[in-house]
Amino acid sequence: MDKELVRQRIARRVAQELSRGDLVNLGIGLPTLVANYISDDLGIIFQSENGLVGLGPMPTEDNADPDSTNAGGQPVTVVPGAAFFDSALSFTIIRGGHVDVTVLGALEVDREGNLANWIIPGKMVPGMGGAMDLVNGAKRVIIAMEHCDKRGQAKILERCQLPLTAAKQVNLIITEKAVIEVNNGLLLREIAIDSSLEEVLSQTATELRIADDLKTFGTEEMQ
Amino acid sequence: MLEKPQLSPEQAAAMIKEGMTIMIGGFMAVGTPEKIIDAIVLAGTKNLTIIANDTGLIDRGIGKLIMNKQVSKMIASHVGLNPETGRQMARGELEMELVPQGTLVERIRAHGAGLGGVLTQTGLGTLVEQGKEKIIIDDKWFLLEKPLHADISLICCSLADRAGNAIFNKTTKNFNPVMATAANIVIAECEDIVPMDQNAADRFNIPGIFIDYLVARGEK
Repeated sequence: MDKELVRQRIARRVAQELSRGDLVNLGIGLPTLVANYISDDLGIIFQSENGLVGLGPMPTEDNADPDSTNAGGQPVTVVPGAAFFDSALSFTIIRGGHVDVTVLGALEVDREGNLANWIIPGKMVPGMGGAMDLVNGAKRVIIAMEHCDKRGQAKILERCQLPLTAAKQVNLIITEKAVIEVNNGLLLREIAIDSSLEEVLSQTATELRIADDLKTFGTEEMQ
Repeated sequence: MLEKPQLSPEQAAAMIKEGMTIMIGGFMAVGTPEKIIDAIVLAGTKNLTIIANDTGLIDRGIGKLIMNKQVSKMIASHVGLNPETGRQMARGELEMELVPQGTLVERIRAHGAGLGGVLTQTGLGTLVEQGKEKIIIDDKWFLLEKPLHADISLICCSLADRAGNAIFNKTTKNFNPVMATAANIVIAECEDIVPMDQNAADRFNIPGIFIDYLVARGEK
């Protein structure tokens, strides 16, 4: 499957997890695509941890305001109803349990819902930014990632090998091949239409229980 | 009220001495006092400890101090968008304390608010908890994170009146209002400086009592 279609499928499936009026924080990279699949009438509010609720689309060059930016420092627009605030209040929102859903990428996730996504010792030490606070504080943590890494190795493991971002906080893992719930171990809920139980099991390095009502997803990208 | 003294960027930079701990406001160089940073680069003051959210980009914000090798220790939450930071860390030239963003702002706020620390669940079960005390409150574990303070805070505001009452537009707020509370000396670089007006008292993000000196940015 084409890389772009993989990303679209994951983003589209994550979007279905969001409910009317949810306050949502989208991590950098793939998670930002989720916003493309939300219908406006749901009233989903996007938060940016640098101090904004009511994040809108990227601006054109004409209406870019250097004082209105996202957590990557890029200019953003805001929607009617938006509000700005400082970092202390931003993390009161995040740590205090006022964010309904946070969507992040991952290097590794394991069967206990442990997440590693901020450091590869000796190789990549960018810092955790707001990720540790988000994963601890959000009511629901959804991991949006490709099922395997660039070398085809499993990223869903018995136990994370890399240093953790947070322990036991992940609720749901969505990849281009599967939707997996963290629920006393891992529960396989959905398989992508172009994947198979054998493929998902062989590319997941820990035990998966299989839901009684196992479903398929991902038809949109096959059309 | 008395007017706050105004400094040139060069006069502000001259207050910063070798070995000092400096807080610098901003988030990815948004809301960062660039004019004062430029003056510190020209002054060449070395061996600084910088407390800030990030190290900016190589040519913007705190990145300029990193590029000029004026920083010996950094306390920050995210440094991945400035590759030079990583190079200096790998060579052992730059000591790095990485702090979760919410913990960083709250440690600064704790000092500014006269608190002995912060209890947070962020970082439990990770490298962040190493060497820190863990405390049980109502059957839940928390990490004790200690306050952070600086010799000088350099902040950036969109508008201040001559008493130092300040407004930070949009996402330029970030760490600026909190850092104004947590240093011995606070210098605010301002886009606009206006006369005092009692009818405007309702509009400020922070009162001028936190600000010691104003620096006019000199451009819009």
